[in-house]
Amino acid sequence: MPIHSMRKSVTLRKSEGRILQARPRSALDRTLPALFALLTNFQARLSAIQAFAAIGFQTLSVSVIFLDLTGIIAFDAVREWEAGVPGMGRNGKLRSHGKKSQVRLKKTEKGLWVMKHIAIGILGAAAFGLMASAASAATLDDVKAKGFIQCGVSTGLAGFSAPDDKGDWQGIDADFCRAVAAAVFGDGTKVKFTPLSAKERFTALQSGEVDILSRNTTWTINRDTALGLNFAGVTYYDGQGFMINAKKLPGVNSALQLSGAAVCVQSGTTTELNLADYFKSNKMEYNPVVFEKLDEVNAAYDAGRCDVYTTDQSGLYGIRLTLGSPADHVVLPEIISKEPLGPVVRQGDDQWFHIVRWTYYALLQTEELGITKANVDEMKASDNPEIKRVLGEEADTKIGTDLGVSNDWVVNIVKAVGNYGEMFERNVGSGSPLKIARGINAQWTKGGLQYAMPIR
Amino acid sequence: MQEHDLSFVRVEMAAAQPAPPSERGLGAWIRRNLIASIGDTILTIIGIVLVAMILPQVINWAFINAQWTGTDRTFCATVAQGGIQPDGWTGACWAFVNAKFGQFMFGRYPLDERWRPILIAVLFAALLVPLLIPKVRRKGLNAMLFFGALPILAFILLVGGVFGLPHVETSLWGGLLVTLSLSFVGIAVSLPLGIVLALGRRSKMPIVKMLCVVFIETVRGIPLITVLFMASVMLPLFLPAGVTFDKFLRALIGVSLFAAAYMAEVVRGGLQAIPRGQYEGADSLGLGYWQKMGLIVLPQALKLVIPGIVNTFIGMFKDTSLVYIIGMFDLLGVVKLNFSDANWATPQTARSGLVFAAFIFWLFCFGMSRYSMFTERRLDTGHKR
Amino acid sequence: MASQEILREEPSRGSFINDPKVRGIFFQAVVVIVLVASVWWIVQNTIDNLTRLNIASGFGFLRGRAGFDISDSAIAYSSDSTYSRAILVGFINTLIVAGAGIVTATLIGFILGIGRLSRNWLIRKICMVYVEVFRNIPPLLVIFFWYSGVLAVLPAPRDSYNLPFGSFLNQRGFYFPRAVWGDGSWLIFVALLLGIAMAWFVARKARQRQMATGQQFPVFWTSAALIVGLPLLAYALSGFPLSFDFPQQSTFNLVGGFQVKPEFLSLYLALSFYTAAFIAEIVRAGIMGVSKGQTEAAGALGLRPGSILRLVVVPQAMRIVIPPLTSQYLNLTKNSSLAIAIGYPDLTATTGTVLNQTGQAIECVLIMMVVYLVLSLLTSAVMNVVNARMALVER
Repeated sequence: MPIHSMRKSVTLRKSEGRILQARPRSALDRTLPALFALLTNFQARLSAIQAFAAIGFQTLSVSVIFLDLTGIIAFDAVREWEAGVPGMGRNGKLRSHGKKSQVRLKKTEKGLWVMKHIAIGILGAAAFGLMASAASAATLDDVKAKGFIQCGVSTGLAGFSAPDDKGDWQGIDADFCRAVAAAVFGDGTKVKFTPLSAKERFTALQSGEVDILSRNTTWTINRDTALGLNFAGVTYYDGQGFMINAKKLPGVNSALQLSGAAVCVQSGTTTELNLADYFKSNKMEYNPVVFEKLDEVNAAYDAGRCDVYTTDQSGLYGIRLTLGSPADHVVLPEIISKEPLGPVVRQGDDQWFHIVRWTYYALLQTEELGITKANVDEMKASDNPEIKRVLGEEADTKIGTDLGVSNDWVVNIVKAVGNYGEMFERNVGSGSPLKIARGINAQWTKGGLQYAMPIR
Repeated sequence: MQEHDLSFVRVEMAAAQPAPPSERGLGAWIRRNLIASIGDTILTIIGIVLVAMILPQVINWAFINAQWTGTDRTFCATVAQGGIQPDGWTGACWAFVNAKFGQFMFGRYPLDERWRPILIAVLFAALLVPLLIPKVRRKGLNAMLFFGALPILAFILLVGGVFGLPHVETSLWGGLLVTLSLSFVGIAVSLPLGIVLALGRRSKMPIVKMLCVVFIETVRGIPLITVLFMASVMLPLFLPAGVTFDKFLRALIGVSLFAAAYMAEVVRGGLQAIPRGQYEGADSLGLGYWQKMGLIVLPQALKLVIPGIVNTFIGMFKDTSLVYIIGMFDLLGVVKLNFSDANWATPQTARSGLVFAAFIFWLFCFGMSRYSMFTERRLDTGHKR
Repeated sequence: MASQEILREEPSRGSFINDPKVRGIFFQAVVVIVLVASVWWIVQNTIDNLTRLNIASGFGFLRGRAGFDISDSAIAYSSDSTYSRAILVGFINTLIVAGAGIVTATLIGFILGIGRLSRNWLIRKICMVYVEVFRNIPPLLVIFFWYSGVLAVLPAPRDSYNLPFGSFLNQRGFYFPRAVWGDGSWLIFVALLLGIAMAWFVARKARQRQMATGQQFPVFWTSAALIVGLPLLAYALSGFPLSFDFPQQSTFNLVGGFQVKPEFLSLYLALSFYTAAFIAEIVRAGIMGVSKGQTEAAGALGLRPGSILRLVVVPQAMRIVIPPLTSQYLNLTKNSSLAIAIGYPDLTATTGTVLNQTGQAIECVLIMMVVYLVLSLLTSAVMNVVNARMALVER
């Protein structure tokens, strides 16, 4: 038996042994759930306290602690003043200091009291003014109540979500949020955008800071299951690629020649993991140069801190435009990963999930049926039963209301952003500086992967 | 016989003699201060060489060679880099700062609404200056306006959404606006909170004391970034589903709590320096706890630690730059953000922007420290040992 | 006597509410209730949120495969290592940069602090300008200045600056030859250790002798000879086992040698330069805190200026200097977390990446806080011991 395979079998046995034994767990691993369990157990007995906490905190949250402290102090001071503590106060027992000091003391206290109440007022106002509240379960009701959709986007990625000169967000991801707004409100402008870094994006969605995360986010099983997210569809099939400065590195035309290069990458992304896997599997060395923010990565690459820039290929085309001399940089042909990018919502709210998912399908379906922004009103009169059904022109249709929106939702979507094809061409395709070909993002009828489930 | 009177009384002072020439004038000054000994001379030579190496370069870069006007990167790039400057040119690109000045001050605050922060800034200055000059009267009213009315007005004006003012989200705020509002609120919150914590730490109530000690020592032991991280990543998990905080408010809470812990230690130092007699005297007058503290102890203690308090303020002012890491754009963040603008990307851009930001920060911090020295001297009643 | 009777009377209280003791208990009870309620509320919310989001709690994730690479690592690490290893790498990096920073900052700080008290006007002014500039700008800005303003505009690897001893400087960092230890080089390290031990022994003996007889012994020169000489001897004896690996040009970068990355370099330089300004002020205050009488008295005893500084002024100044110096060291360590802004993989940065990859926010932030806290407490404990030994023994 060659040594190589022998070692392999030994390690195998070792790992089997570990499975047979009880899974070794760290002490903390055991105590933390136990602690939580203990506390949950306590809950029944101390429901009174909890009720108090609930009443006390749900309205004011963290600032209540603050208020309480200030309040107690103020209460204390006022009580003391009013009770006429010997030697001090309005009864004026402190003769030796004369009348003047009395008046001054009184004034100071009054001033203190007023100041404290002003402080409380400010704190309260600030807390109320800045605290936004979003729904826990019924996102749709909440969105309707506040009158707009809060949409999480990237901090700026050309073609997907980036603010233009006037500060309006443009791109596929931004337009997708507008489409959802059109479906819900019949008005594509009822969206507010929140730029999020890669690190913040999931917490922002989980905590309800945003209603949809439409931020070039890759659909993975881990995110679907462990992070409590639901992916509603794939608005762009992407893959990770490499970009180099061809002027500085003549002769490099494949990613396999990159051994020893310094690679710029954004931290905390799947990109970072794919990069490690790719170089490892091809037995190449590299030197990671990692940054938190996209603009830092851009700056470092442009300044020559690294030789290679890696991110989703669509992103590379967008970033190339922002570099000092775009013509010098080339995107290498290799695609090293599958990056299906799509909108994400919270788990546990099926209605909202369905609205987002079917907005996506409606965008695809209208393209397949040839319904565009320009011809949508004419199409309503079409004889084609499928078109009539999709546009909500069928008699007694309940498709829209069952979804929780109006029956002309598809018309609203198309009027707001056009169909998927129009959205694509306008933001990343021929109508944009990026000039990305449809490729695998074409309709299934044209050899692509975009396939809408039937709307019926 | 008057003429023979030997006693002599001088009725007028003799005119002071000028110092001997060797102790006078430039030469003596140089001898005393620059070349007193061989070692001193060597040091002076080293110093002169250092200054001669650095100063002309800095002046050249910042003033003589600097590009003051321009519309894009070509004005600050050499011919080889695709610009108009001669090869080998290095100079500050003030044109970049000039072009981005609005952003540096207000971030992405909407152009049509910028009168609001400007108005607040004018009011801020108009209220602050008389507050700082000791001679101006009506300090009480002034302080009320500054700490009471101005924050409310600023809040209404800057956030908007009422009285027909369009709402401006805090995610659009940026630049010096964010730096100053964070610091102002931080200072206004951390000082009272720090005093409360310091009193709590010296309290006789064991539970209160323990809580204050734990809070102060924990916060002082961890970096601000971790606190901000916690505010931005963990806070949402601590709140009931659906309740969220504005990012700006989160940063505000983080910075204020952090500064409060440091403030508490400074104030505690002051409290410890007050002799026991003062406490006992207050007790014997029959003052209650808050009266004792508010009227007797704190006024003396705070006066003692003015330098420490101002140092904490300065530290906090500088620390506000860390909010850049949790994705907010204060002055430094906005400057940094603009480095990636392809329209301005030159080797000089980063340096110029950073020097500009450093100058602004320096101005505020240096001003604060000088003013604290002035106050310290003014309040010095000569009791200090 | 009537007045005594009055004094013995129960003090007339307005009410039971005004009894300080009752108030104290009541107030503490309120604090405890508020605290318990808010902790309860937070824990409850967190549990709710975690179950709702289907996030598993616990530290089990630390054994998972990290999957990402780290640019700067002092210990063996690859993408196959565990998350805990990645955090450990970050922790060691934090220690390295903080340790190096503390040494350099102390050095520069002492020079500047003494410089500010120099009789030489020019030196005084130079030091003052330095201190006033660096004390009043944020450390993050200093880091960015080094990173974006100085190191990023160095030439590309192709046209690096050639420095003496086969070193290079370019925008990818500072490269210098790496020592390759051959067979038998262990002897050198043993010799070095032996030299240090012997030097310490000699110093002790010399002190004892001086105490007993007043005779002095040239400790410094003997120690230097022992510490340098013994390893050199061992080096020669073991047949010169040391060779150097020089950095070479390749397609992308310089390969070989030892590379100090610009991220580390800018963080280290910025932290040192920034903290030095504060240390300078502390040193100045310390020296000024020693009264002039001490110097004069020492002079009257016939000590030379050097000895006065070494034996009288510095030991007393150190007593004033050490407590604030400790907090500066702690500040430097905490400020090293700013590494995240320029992508140096310190504890905050790597833990942040782990947080991002696993979504275990609470656990990761907890790890971060505990590590910094322990580091802080350790540093202050060590400095407390030093302080206690330095402290004035009052009689």
